[in-house]
Amino acid sequence: MTEAAASSASLTRAEARARARRRSWSWLVPTLYILFLMLPIYWLVNMSFKTTNEILGAFSLWPRNFTLQNYQRIFTDPVWYWGYFNSLIYVTINTVISVAVALPAAYAFSRYRFMGDKHLFFWLLTNRMAPPAIFVLPFIQLYSSVGLFDTHIAVAMAHLLFNIPLAVWILEGFMSGIPREIDETAYIDGYSFPRFFVRIFMPLVASGIGVAAFFCFMFSWVELLLAKSLTSVVARPIASVMTRTSSISGYELGQLAAAGVLTIIPGALVIWFVRNYIAKGFALGRV
Amino acid sequence: MTRIQNNAAWYLVLPVLVLVAFNAIIPLMTVVNYAVQDSFGGNVFFFEGTRWFEAVLASDRFHQALGRQILFTFTILAIEIPLGVGIALCMPRRGIWVSVCLVLMALPLLIPWNVVGAIWNIFALPELGLLGRMLNGLGLDYNFTRGVGAAWFTMILMDVWHWTSLVVLLAYAGLISIPDAYYQAARIDGASKWAVFRYIQLPKMKRVLTIAVLLRFMDSFMIYTEVFVLTGGGPGNSTTMLSIDLVKLALGQFDLGTAAAMSIIYFLLILIFSWIFYTVMMRGESQQ
Repeated sequence: MTEAAASSASLTRAEARARARRRSWSWLVPTLYILFLMLPIYWLVNMSFKTTNEILGAFSLWPRNFTLQNYQRIFTDPVWYWGYFNSLIYVTINTVISVAVALPAAYAFSRYRFMGDKHLFFWLLTNRMAPPAIFVLPFIQLYSSVGLFDTHIAVAMAHLLFNIPLAVWILEGFMSGIPREIDETAYIDGYSFPRFFVRIFMPLVASGIGVAAFFCFMFSWVELLLAKSLTSVVARPIASVMTRTSSISGYELGQLAAAGVLTIIPGALVIWFVRNYIAKGFALGRV
Repeated sequence: MTRIQNNAAWYLVLPVLVLVAFNAIIPLMTVVNYAVQDSFGGNVFFFEGTRWFEAVLASDRFHQALGRQILFTFTILAIEIPLGVGIALCMPRRGIWVSVCLVLMALPLLIPWNVVGAIWNIFALPELGLLGRMLNGLGLDYNFTRGVGAAWFTMILMDVWHWTSLVVLLAYAGLISIPDAYYQAARIDGASKWAVFRYIQLPKMKRVLTIAVLLRFMDSFMIYTEVFVLTGGGPGNSTTMLSIDLVKLALGQFDLGTAAAMSIIYFLLILIFSWIFYTVMMRGESQQ
């Protein structure tokens, strides 16, 4: 007994020593990596506070003539700020629809066997993996023919193609981690399916719903090709405003940089809420 | 988990089925339609059979784009996977720094793809960008809009910057799911660091790493926006990936037959990879 305690004590001491030795250098690797990640972002922020003349004139590591005029123009020009609103509108529509329809489907996949379930699941997966470039032209024709071209609905619907499969996958992973005895107990207690699902089951997979919503938000927010092709004036996303503005009014780097900085902010905000689940989401709920 | 046989579950899947089918099947039918027909305008179409497919499969342009695509995909995999695992191994396991690291590392993943291209464009400009300035300061002749080597270097560095965090996050999630008892057992056996990695950490990470490899494989196989904004596919055609080539054909030259046939070949390639992905995943799941 005492011997075991002594050996475990020496073990922990050895462990502490080993840990201290490891700590002496291993923090360096993530730090250098984060530095590498931040450097281009710093450069973008740096550019956004410079005037066009200063950018083209002299090379400097920080803005000499600090200016907010690039941001000011974005906040006062409706073409610019409506770009942000348009993006947020279709991203929100898309996220709500994706999660709402994926919830029951994921439940079905995680709890029941039914005719063609494996094939259906695989078919959903292929849509997540399909290159958007294939769908550009057919989508333009499809949404023009139903009169939805250049609307927020069109972009939100187009993004459903890859976001619904993703949401189903993530939610299915989370739901499979919940023992089915809970379902059975609830049914015995006299719960109907909708009531059980909303009152008992959804709170249990709340983190999964949050993660799925985050991923739908993210992939709809970062996608440009479809969003740009399906809109022209009314529902034009910020990403498309950026590319068009840079080609029309010359190459205004400061303006472009300021717009870029503003597109990073929503992502940076929501990331904080899912920081502990983000890896689980990327692993499709299967860590 | 054992699942009950119940065909009524179809009702739960129906909304998903309708929405995805509307978005997937109708456009694919359009593509197939174009791939086997030709038109001289005015909505008059002629059946062409497999002529477009033969043309695409025989064309140098397609071979070169596919070659560049494969080279790009395997290069970034060879860099991002070991790098990501290495960084994950060095991450702190508990404390406030974990959250800080995770949030900062995940940041590039949430930047719109065209902004990623724009950031790197600005960062790498030979005269105005920090990277371009540094490399030229070292005496290298660096200009990614003119040199093929420089363009590829910038493009690969950009992808490493953008996506290595995904591998880090997944590998890290795999690492922290290992119970402490495993490490204690290894210590009692006097296992070396390499042995701990090889026989404890790597097997435990296998599942998440499979997901990481395949996600990176497939997403890099359809890369479009970042490269397009950075280089526009140039200099010449040296960074024209499959998707860029396809969009050029379809929207630029309006060469519908060729573009549609190429779409289908492209899609079949992806389908094969998806099938491999699915089989590997499901096998891993049934083992657990």
